[in-house]
Amino acid sequence: MFDRDLWREIFQSINMNRTRTLLSGFTVTFAILLFAILFGITNGLTNTFDEAFKDDATNSIFINSGRTTQANKGLQAGRQIQFKNEDYDYIKKEFGDKVQFITARVYKNVNASFQNEKNSYSVRAVHPDHQYLENTKVTQGRYINQLDLNENTKVVVIGRLVENDLFLKTTAIGKYINLNGIQYKVVGVFEDDGGDNEERLIYMPISTAQQIYGNNDYIDQINLTYNPAMGYDQAIAFSGLLTKKLKDRFSVAESDQRAVRVRNLANEAKGINQMTTGLGMIVLVIGFGTLIAGVVGISNIMIFIVKERTKEIGIRKALGASPKSIVSIILMESIFITVIAGFLGLVIGMGVLELVGPSLEKFFIKDPKVSLSLVVSATVTLIAAGGIAGYLPAKKASKIKPIVALRDD
Amino acid sequence: MLKINKLHKSYPIGDSSLHVLKGIDLSVESGEMVAIMGSSGSGKSTLLNIIGMLDEADEGDYILDNVPIKNLTEKKAAIYRNRFLGFIFQSFNLINYKNALDNVALPLYYQGLKRKERIEKGLFHLEKVGLKAWAEHLPSELSGGQKQRVAIARALAADPKLLLADEPTGALDTTTSYEIMAFLQQLNDEGKTILIVTHEEDIADMCKRIVRLVDGVIMEDKFVEQVRASQYV
Ligand SMILES: Nc1ncnc2c1ncn2[C@@H]1O[C@H](COP(=O)(O)OP(=O)(O)OP(=O)(O)O)[C@@H](O)[C@H]1O
Ligand SMILES: [Mg+2]
Repeated sequence: MFDRDLWREIFQSINMNRTRTLLSGFTVTFAILLFAILFGITNGLTNTFDEAFKDDATNSIFINSGRTTQANKGLQAGRQIQFKNEDYDYIKKEFGDKVQFITARVYKNVNASFQNEKNSYSVRAVHPDHQYLENTKVTQGRYINQLDLNENTKVVVIGRLVENDLFLKTTAIGKYINLNGIQYKVVGVFEDDGGDNEERLIYMPISTAQQIYGNNDYIDQINLTYNPAMGYDQAIAFSGLLTKKLKDRFSVAESDQRAVRVRNLANEAKGINQMTTGLGMIVLVIGFGTLIAGVVGISNIMIFIVKERTKEIGIRKALGASPKSIVSIILMESIFITVIAGFLGLVIGMGVLELVGPSLEKFFIKDPKVSLSLVVSATVTLIAAGGIAGYLPAKKASKIKPIVALRDD
Repeated sequence: MLKINKLHKSYPIGDSSLHVLKGIDLSVESGEMVAIMGSSGSGKSTLLNIIGMLDEADEGDYILDNVPIKNLTEKKAAIYRNRFLGFIFQSFNLINYKNALDNVALPLYYQGLKRKERIEKGLFHLEKVGLKAWAEHLPSELSGGQKQRVAIARALAADPKLLLADEPTGALDTTTSYEIMAFLQQLNDEGKTILIVTHEEDIADMCKRIVRLVDGVIMEDKFVEQVRASQYV
């Protein structure tokens, strides 16, 4: 394969049949170009979806409550459902093996101040697991922990922008921040990919907030992630069961859509997954279809070339060319044309994606790119395709009989 | 050098078959220069092609340089052709997109020689046929006589034991024909065994032995006084 003379022969032959080689290679170039662009677009769509979920773990389930819309079991419609600590404990106990992380949330808006700086922020009072559910990145200090919950400590973890706003250029860790007139110790600072709003939040232990802001055990929302070992369908079944059990627990009608609301990201993720898989299949089919057309084209050209060079092949055989040497010339030539043409398509495709990529964002296509694994598998596919394209012509060539080829007519 | 015994060859034509060689017995010693003559269709080329392993006999034995030639695989045949035989054709059969030197060096490529060696040997043989200055020229830039000399250089390149020429002067005018014959005689003087198919008496007279084929059998086989071609050049 790395025989320089073989390559010399191949280049001579390609040079002889320049136009024809170009035309046959074009189909393959086009096939790969099409494939690369479609593949890039599919990737871009996937990127958009991934972006939308970046803030939350994709296996999240959110549980909210509201007023009942239907009378049930002798209870009137319009009843407010209120989650409490016991509900959080119930889910943990009942579905422990299906739950990865779980946290309750209590919301509160506060006026915060440090020395002369003042601003208002949202407080989220949470369990320690919240950090993993929200992909919160603690950059200094620590997050809320179980000890804080046990002892109702007055500590907070503040967002990067809260630190910026109130503490200006100084560090906040260890200092006391005033929230609605009560002093809390800052034990951590965090960053979040979810955007500026997420970084203008303050986290505190849920038990502390319950004690200070209501002296009750109310919960506004429960968030959890399901065990990632579960598939989409299992996860959806799980949230279905969870909904049913909670509705039973609060004597809410089965068909009541407002009183207990469970949102499972697995539903969305499954849909998106199906869509991108479907798209991927379509792209693969189109790409392969065109590639097959290209292979047939190259095969045809090579058969033509072999026919045209029958006499030459006969001469070579008379001079001592082995069947193998004839076959390898034709095969290598075919593979060479296919791979070069394919790579050309890939490079053009990548160039096109690079050029038009930014202007596609409004069509929900973000950062459309061809992955390295595609380049590798495309190379392998192209070599195989070239081999397939060259097989028949090479066989034909090796069967040429020198006497027939050399006959003077 | 070569020994042929009761050789038969038929070609299928439609449902029937054409019996071309009907029991040929022929032996040629090293250093001979033999003309094979006969009218058109008498089977001269067929015989030469079988000797050259480009075709196979239906019946009979053929021994070349003590090697029985029978049921060869394509690969074996390729090796024997490359090592034992040099071909010269009426229509030269040069590869038209390769220059003279590359054409001459081609058998050496199939011998597995390195490029440097091939160029060296190729140039040596081109010089021998007086065309060293034309090494870089394409066949289309050469005259008929020059093309045939390139073809001879190519046939000689692998240093074969036996040169087979099928009407080597068939496409050339008389003067050029004699030049080529003078050169072939010189090679024979140096010891090369040469078989020439021809239907021109004057060309046959320049060999040392004449074998006449009529309708697939040898009618006459005689040694002759060689006419030197150089006296006409
Ligand atoms: N492959 C073939 N198939 C069928 N018939 C063939 C084939 N090759 C040769 N023949 C026939 O065999 C006979 C002998 O052919 P051959 O080429 O040996 O003749 P030749 O003596 O060389 O004639 P010429 O002087 O015209 O070259 C001819 O009648 C020819 O038509
Ligand atoms: Mg003939």
